[in-house]
Amino acid sequence: MRLNAENVQRARDLIAIYPRPRSALIPILHIAQEQDGWLTEDAMEHVAELLGLTSAEVYGTASFYDMLFTEPVGRHLVSICTNIACLLNGGYELLEHAEETLGVKPGGTTPDGEFTLEEVECIADCGRAPCLAVNWRFFGNVTNDDFDTLLGDLRSGALRETVPPHGTLNRVRRDLTAWAGGVPAAQAARQQVEAKWAAAPPPVSSPAPATPPTPPPPPGQAPAIKDDRGERQPASQPASEQAADQAATVEDKGDTAK
Amino acid sequence: MAESTTETVTITVDGKQVEAKPGEMIIAAAERAGVYIPRFCYHPRMRPVGMCRMCLVEVTGPRGPVLTPACFVPVADGQEIVTDSPKVKKAQDGVLEFLLINHPLDCPVCDKGGECPLQDQTLAFGPGESRFVEEKRHWEKPISLSDLVYLDRERCIQCDRCTRFADEVAGDPLIEFVGRGDHIEVNTFPDQPFSSYFSGNTVQLCPVGALLAKPYRFKARPWDLEQVESTCTMCSFGCRVAVQSSANQLTRYIGIDSDPVNHGWLCDKGRFSYQWVNSEERLSAPLVRKGDELVEASWGEALAAVAKGVKGAIDVHGPSTVAVLGGARLPNEDQYAWAKLAKSVIGTDHVDAQMGDGLPASVVLGLPRATIDEACAADAVILLAPDVKEVLPVLYLRLRSAAVDGRVPMVELSPRSSGLTRYCAASLGYRPGEAAAVARALVANQSPTAEVGGVSVEALTAARQAIGGASRVVVVLGRPSLAESAESVVEAAAVLAGLPDARFLPALSRSNVLGALDMGLAPGVLPGRVALDAGRAWWSQAGAWSSVPETAGLDAAGILRDAAVGKIQALVLLGADPATDFPDRELARQAVVGAGFVVAVDTFLNESAKQADVVLPAAGFAERPGTTTNIEGRVTRLGQKIVPPGTAWPDWMIAVELAARLGGDLGVETVEGLWDEIVQFAPSHAGASRAVLADRAHRDGLVLPLPFAAAAEPAEEPAEPMDPTAAPGIAAVEAPPADFSTAPAAVEKMERPGMIEFRAPADAAPLPQLDSYALRLVVTKPLYDDGTLVQHSPALAGLAREPRVRANHYDLDRLGLGTGGRVRVQSPRTSFVAEAEVDDGVPRGSVALTFGEHAGALIDVSQPVIDVRLETP
Repeated sequence: MRLNAENVQRARDLIAIYPRPRSALIPILHIAQEQDGWLTEDAMEHVAELLGLTSAEVYGTASFYDMLFTEPVGRHLVSICTNIACLLNGGYELLEHAEETLGVKPGGTTPDGEFTLEEVECIADCGRAPCLAVNWRFFGNVTNDDFDTLLGDLRSGALRETVPPHGTLNRVRRDLTAWAGGVPAAQAARQQVEAKWAAAPPPVSSPAPATPPTPPPPPGQAPAIKDDRGERQPASQPASEQAADQAATVEDKGDTAK
Repeated sequence: MAESTTETVTITVDGKQVEAKPGEMIIAAAERAGVYIPRFCYHPRMRPVGMCRMCLVEVTGPRGPVLTPACFVPVADGQEIVTDSPKVKKAQDGVLEFLLINHPLDCPVCDKGGECPLQDQTLAFGPGESRFVEEKRHWEKPISLSDLVYLDRERCIQCDRCTRFADEVAGDPLIEFVGRGDHIEVNTFPDQPFSSYFSGNTVQLCPVGALLAKPYRFKARPWDLEQVESTCTMCSFGCRVAVQSSANQLTRYIGIDSDPVNHGWLCDKGRFSYQWVNSEERLSAPLVRKGDELVEASWGEALAAVAKGVKGAIDVHGPSTVAVLGGARLPNEDQYAWAKLAKSVIGTDHVDAQMGDGLPASVVLGLPRATIDEACAADAVILLAPDVKEVLPVLYLRLRSAAVDGRVPMVELSPRSSGLTRYCAASLGYRPGEAAAVARALVANQSPTAEVGGVSVEALTAARQAIGGASRVVVVLGRPSLAESAESVVEAAAVLAGLPDARFLPALSRSNVLGALDMGLAPGVLPGRVALDAGRAWWSQAGAWSSVPETAGLDAAGILRDAAVGKIQALVLLGADPATDFPDRELARQAVVGAGFVVAVDTFLNESAKQADVVLPAAGFAERPGTTTNIEGRVTRLGQKIVPPGTAWPDWMIAVELAARLGGDLGVETVEGLWDEIVQFAPSHAGASRAVLADRAHRDGLVLPLPFAAAAEPAEEPAEPMDPTAAPGIAAVEAPPADFSTAPAAVEKMERPGMIEFRAPADAAPLPQLDSYALRLVVTKPLYDDGTLVQHSPALAGLAREPRVRANHYDLDRLGLGTGGRVRVQSPRTSFVAEAEVDDGVPRGSVALTFGEHAGALIDVSQPVIDVRLETP
């Protein structure tokens, strides 16, 4: 599907903050993926039109990244890690169980369009191996029983708050809207950075190559992506508390099993 | 550092001191010094990417010798480079073993086998054995990327050459790397083919057999091919090609890297046009009309019939009732022979090689000429020309590169948008017929205050800014539309000629049309860029011509007009097909019927030839030696590789024979003799002797006239070596053979006449008022048209698209036609129904159509512009 009016506006806002339209390609692809759950041909062609690129260029970029999907994906993308830590802790067994339960091989989607299963490399939750992610929300120490419970909860909608449909960018969206909330916001942010640079002492002129001063990190602005874990992130929406409990339960059970 | 300001830097390659240009890459400097560094992704005409790692060499830096990609690191003074150390060998072994992991060893059935850089470099630099025992990755064997190109993804080594070419050079990034890691492949967007005019170049660039030309696939093995250097004559740009043949059949062309011309690139029309030469439908024997039918005859019978017909016309009505139309397809020598036959032996000046789509010879020859390189390095370029992407595709590549990489500002005066519009600083979409007014506003001292010729003040201001202060302006000059008269374009050119130091690059695309003008195949001129009156004494006394016509003759439109009313008794069509090729098809059809006696000298029995009384088969491309002239006046040599079909003759031989039968004598018996005579007497060609042209230092040809005689002396310096991996398959190409035993010394009997100088013509006639329901017609030529040669090249024939009526959405809406669909096109002459399409590249008030049957019916060459109405059918 082509981007809807709201998303076209978001795309235009993004394009406006870059010196070259092309730079907005990946953020806009995320928006397109949020809209449809994956990148349809129509969406990629529309993005190409918006950026003045050819569809082939958009497709080339989209196909490069594992988190952008050019084939249909179910509402829940179940990514099971089989890298070393998970392998030693039963990652492959978990994957096999998932294949049997869902009736699809990695890369496949259940006929009802609910689940797509994939085997992934390390997703950086080795402390709780074997781990998996559903729509990039993490679940650790997953036993077969936990997995079945998780599927049930995902199907029933009990985890709707924690695990939104595939493609949803709630966290990234918050970051983007600060910038893409409009060109004025972007300009204000840029002016802030430039003011900081202007205030810095000029480089010492000497025959030795002067190292440019590194701008101090913006105060109190920790990178947001790092704590993107459903169960540990203090829920920004109160409604997700129940879901967080659910996830915690999974974790607890895993511990007991060990 | 002080060194950075010097002209060259000194580097050490394998212990040898080498001078290098600052900024060039190690791989290029080493190659010039005779050290070949293996490579796959590096290409001298594209930006380096460091993709394949095959060119790793050791470069000594602060940390000692380090393995460095030679294609990606520029030279620096004092750099020490080792290309053959054990460490380098090991790296090469490793890289090749890696590249071969997934490469199928299907060389015996691969088109590239035998000329494959991967094959050759594996043999020369590879480990000899692979340790890889796992299964190779598999893809569906060849998939179609476009109508002309197959892709075999299993063979691809991901060097990025084709994708870089499509993006950087052609500006059509329609193929990309898709996926990543071992899933990577080159592909298009689903269901969007690689429909680029330049797709064939990717086949030539590919260092493995991944990209294959459909017409050549499985047709030949490289070691069976013979090849010779030549120049493509499908348009007048003059791309150098290696013509390859096997068993008297042309098999393919490969672009040769000629620095001043084509940089190794070819358009697909040129590349695959060899097919028409091989066509089964070529004329192979003379035909003579017997009653209603053309029947095969011997040459003696056919030539006797021609002589009888032409002589009859001369004897009864005088020589000025004979006309020769066409000749742009011929090599220079043949054109000279025909010009001499027509103007000296027959005595008529009704000779025109341009078919109503060109400009008067006095304008083209008189205006100061720019070279292609000058255009690409100008301060500003003004385009008053047809869409160069369609008519001179490789000129489009050069100009595009000048605009994108060289930041040359370009201003376009065109009645509709073109392929270059997106690279122009300003595009002035003028109303047909009003180019001169727009040109005046462009060069005027005061800024415009009101719209001129349909061009807004803003656009004019932007254009004036782009060329403001430019001291070297090059104007690319041709006919932007076939539906507006040449006079209005000439008037605009005269205005632009007033710019300081303005030079002109003709955008006349018809094969060797510039050679034809130089050789006198146009009314009012004699060979050597001399006007009829100025050169009469020279050519008739010193120049071995028996006589020169008294008065200037008619151009193509005039000839056809006279023929239609029976004033031309004998019409010779010299590779011309006015019935389908002349803009005004109605007039052309009447002329072919109306002329008393029609002779067609051609390669195919085209529409006009079918009406002829005698048809003489002529030799085609690669079937004869000779020279050709490109848009900048560059003369290059043509190579012969095969023999003509049946008894077809080269055109010059037909002229010599006819002259004898008409009681005259051309005085030459060989093609070499013709060139010698041209060089001896044509003022523009002085010094360009066969020996000079054949010199390898002049392998790119010579731009005429030579600035002074000494410039043509054989140069000492050898030409740059050809990069064997840049265009695999042309390493063994040879120049056409040359024999100088008969070359005469230059004779100066009297002072040579001066060459034509441009004089501003009288202003064109006023235009009719455009009524508010009518739209002014714009007719352009597409690359793939319904012409004889394209239609006899099976690979290209299907690429010609049905012409569409195109208009601005504003006009379609205004006329109640919505977004197009079927519309009725109405003109005083004709009316037809066609498909219409919204195209905002067409300015308001105009309607565009590509040349073909419909456009040919609309155009009336007696009118300066054509107004049509669009209605619901």
